[in-house]
Amino acid sequence: MNKYKIIIGLEVHIEPNTKQKMFCRCQQDHFGKIPNSNTCPICLGLPGALPYINKEAIEKIIKLGLALGSKINNFSRFYRKHYFYPDLPKGYQTSQLDSPFCIGGELLGKKINHIHLEEDAGKLVHETIDGEKVSLIDFNRSGSCLIEIVTEPVFNSVIEVIAFLKELQLIARYLDISNADMEKGSMRLEANISLSLDGKLPNYKVELKNINSFKFLEKAINAEIERQSKALNSGEKLIQETRGYDEIKKTTFSQRTKADSHDYRYFPEADLPPVELDNSEIEKIKLKLVELPEVKRKRFAEKYKLSKEYTEILILDIKRANYFEEAFKLSPNLITSIANLMVNKNLDKDFSEPAGLIRKILELTKVDYANSSDVEESISKVLYENPDVIKSFKDGKGQVIGFLIGQIQKKLNGKGDPRIIQQKLLEKLHE
Amino acid sequence: MIHLMTRLTKKEVLHVAELSNLKLSEGEVKKFLPQLSKIIEYVSQLSKVNTKEIKPTSQTTGLTNVYRENSNELGETLTQEEVLSNTDGYNGFFKVPAILEGRTNK
Amino acid sequence: MNLPLTIKETQEGLKSKKFSAVELVDTYLEKIKKYNDEYKIFLTINEEGAYKKAKEIDNSDFTLPLFGVVGSYKDIFLTKGIRTTAGSKILENFIPPYSATIVKKLENAGVISIGKLNCDAFAHGSSGENSDFGTTLNPWNKEYTAGGSSSGSGAALSSGMSLISIGTDTCGSIRLPANYGYLFSLKPTYGAVSRYGVIAMASSLDTVGPLAHTVSDVETVFNVIKGKDYLDATVTEKSINNKNSKFKIGIPKEFFVGGLSKEIEKNIGEVIKIYKNENVEFIDVSLPSTKYGISVYYIIQPAEVSSNLSRFDGIRYGGLRDSFGEEAKRRIMLGSYVLSAGFYDAYYEKAMKVRTIIKNEVDSIFTKVDALIAPVAPTPAFKLGEKTNDPLSMYLTDIYAATANLSGIPAIAIPSGFSDKKLPLGFQLMAPRFGEDILFKLGKIFELATDYKPKVAF
Repeated sequence: MNKYKIIIGLEVHIEPNTKQKMFCRCQQDHFGKIPNSNTCPICLGLPGALPYINKEAIEKIIKLGLALGSKINNFSRFYRKHYFYPDLPKGYQTSQLDSPFCIGGELLGKKINHIHLEEDAGKLVHETIDGEKVSLIDFNRSGSCLIEIVTEPVFNSVIEVIAFLKELQLIARYLDISNADMEKGSMRLEANISLSLDGKLPNYKVELKNINSFKFLEKAINAEIERQSKALNSGEKLIQETRGYDEIKKTTFSQRTKADSHDYRYFPEADLPPVELDNSEIEKIKLKLVELPEVKRKRFAEKYKLSKEYTEILILDIKRANYFEEAFKLSPNLITSIANLMVNKNLDKDFSEPAGLIRKILELTKVDYANSSDVEESISKVLYENPDVIKSFKDGKGQVIGFLIGQIQKKLNGKGDPRIIQQKLLEKLHE
Repeated sequence: MIHLMTRLTKKEVLHVAELSNLKLSEGEVKKFLPQLSKIIEYVSQLSKVNTKEIKPTSQTTGLTNVYRENSNELGETLTQEEVLSNTDGYNGFFKVPAILEGRTNK
Repeated sequence: MNLPLTIKETQEGLKSKKFSAVELVDTYLEKIKKYNDEYKIFLTINEEGAYKKAKEIDNSDFTLPLFGVVGSYKDIFLTKGIRTTAGSKILENFIPPYSATIVKKLENAGVISIGKLNCDAFAHGSSGENSDFGTTLNPWNKEYTAGGSSSGSGAALSSGMSLISIGTDTCGSIRLPANYGYLFSLKPTYGAVSRYGVIAMASSLDTVGPLAHTVSDVETVFNVIKGKDYLDATVTEKSINNKNSKFKIGIPKEFFVGGLSKEIEKNIGEVIKIYKNENVEFIDVSLPSTKYGISVYYIIQPAEVSSNLSRFDGIRYGGLRDSFGEEAKRRIMLGSYVLSAGFYDAYYEKAMKVRTIIKNEVDSIFTKVDALIAPVAPTPAFKLGEKTNDPLSMYLTDIYAATANLSGIPAIAIPSGFSDKKLPLGFQLMAPRFGEDILFKLGKIFELATDYKPKVAF
């Protein structure tokens, strides 16, 4: 086995699903637009243009930070990060430095260094036109919001990296921050990879860039580990550099970069007043966070006792998880069928309401619905046994209906038609 | 206190020119060397000022939390024609000689 | 026709049909066509647009605040569809697809935009001699500079080519051309007027302000251009409520030292006497930190310049970076140096800290006085090519200007006479942030006391 310890640190970029770009009012989502048709003087870097902060982006990054257990900075501001590249219109990127929005954090036991906001650059493509090698630039993406998550160099295998990214993607989707789709570019990864004999951080790291799918991620990192391993074994000294992955050759290759380009000459962005957040504002946002995947997993495991695989599939999409729970409330004893049909046949896609799925299940299992009088009897019994709940309902707490329906179904041994139950129950309650 | 090299070297001038994406001629380098050295020497007098406990001023407005509120209004974008109006475009793109170097960032 | 020299005169003339807006434009254009080649005041003339607007004005009901006012802009202000060069060859052919906020505000208020004015390239300079398109000559005497960097903004008014103009002031560039042109001008509080659409020089120092022939006109134009802009995050609308009828002005002793010409010192002495006669009190004050102002300025400004000029890469607009002039290259180099790794703490961050000290000192002085008086320059306009060699003079030029830019306070340039060589003389008053009102009041007191009448060179 490999005698070297693998040390990987990640820089993950997520494109949040804000309406507007980071510092102007152009559309964040530029998908499908013809080149250079989604810009304004600000994101095109025209002389005289000035930035203006998009508050929605700040709300999204704070949500993410809170979900990852980061400390939200009470004082944050933007900096200018200078370097020249054709797709960077101002010759500097407005980003953050010493006061990012989120500090620290952790996911799956892996420590996060910080999370910051910045703007994206345009897109460069290389082509040959009339025999001449050229680069074509499209600024539609320029100025778009980007959230960057920087981890500590704490990953020791590709598997850990993939698990981390998948969970991060899930959280981003739960929080409705981003679709974090690697293939579509709304989640991008740079992995800093080095090998160490004694486990201590060596004096070099190789930046692996342009990894744009989970499939190639594994191959690329492994290819790089192999390359470094071979090099060290033959006594070669590894240098700090940037490399890309060649999908055809299945190896990494060096990307020439300008030597002194890492002197970014940061200084605070004078055109943007700093952001001050007080703890009560942050608390408010924290209280509004949805139940996160890990919490939901545990709760599902405890409450529904489904297999790990089934649970994982159900919670992969927060909407489906909610759908499942709704369906369970309607007919708790049909849980096995519900889970089966959702997981194996995606039947919930055909029924926008869980009640519809329940009816389908009853159909499929050819269960006779309970008759009207049985239903009415069960309703009366449940209402008699739960006077407090009736009071709650009359006080405006409509959600107790779910509880009552569950109770009624129990009495009917799950044979009630949910729609009829609901209808008759409401009639009774409104009497 | 950092020891300030107030006399610039030619190497430093060339390095700064590269950082600034400026190609200087020999003559320009020769000219700038003493000029920049002189200015740097002059401004270095600030090292004498006691700034302990003083917070830096990056901007005098004292403003904070200036946001574009959550607005669903998209701003006016420039048309592709306007964007390319000050150069020769190619099929809607900006065209430059092939960039061989990779990005240093992202 | 004799061109009116104030907004009031212009608008009364239009209302009473003494002349039409089109006739006004005729007369201004005549002046321009006669003298511009020699004096190099305008870089681009908006003949067609001016006539179009003038006709609209003539058909309007004369209610817009600046209806019929012919205005011009330093070529640093973007004007949609009209070439904007910043005085530099690198933008020789640049036609912006959008206009600066203040241009829009002025045009919406009825201003007839007649053209774009010459300036030191990218506003780097204080004499106009750094323009890539030739130096603007001073209409009062063509052997002398017109002051910079808004050189065309001053000369356009003193030559009768425009009624009002707009310039930018990063270290005196609105005040100096007014001072050399026998004009009023205002460097507003940083953050009072939108900088959107103004080619940036130093982001934390740049201000936008008007030049005109009277205090009232400067005030009127300021009121139109000031105020919140959803495109500039540093702008607020504020104003100090000053109910004073009796003012106290401070005389900073650091400004009145060797290097200041005797003529100007004497002139300011007379100005002080005039104010004292009008019941204005004067006390001696001290601003010891201003001696560091130059060092702070020569670190912060080039740093921000080097950053703001990074966008000029020749890809989306403009020429290649080789076409930058020498002054621009020098400032870019200096700026990159003071921001570079290993030097940032000692230079840029240090300068930001000393800036705090200067700002606090200036703020505390205003608890004792309502305004400060100072020269605008240590000498009247100097001859072309004769950049003064006296380092003390150069130093004073910067100190007089930089104090206001570093602390973000407003300053007004006021004309106060003519030198022995028949060149304009003037002074400046500074007030606390958002204290423009104090400056207007004090300016009007001076106008009345001296029975001031606007003057043009020809």
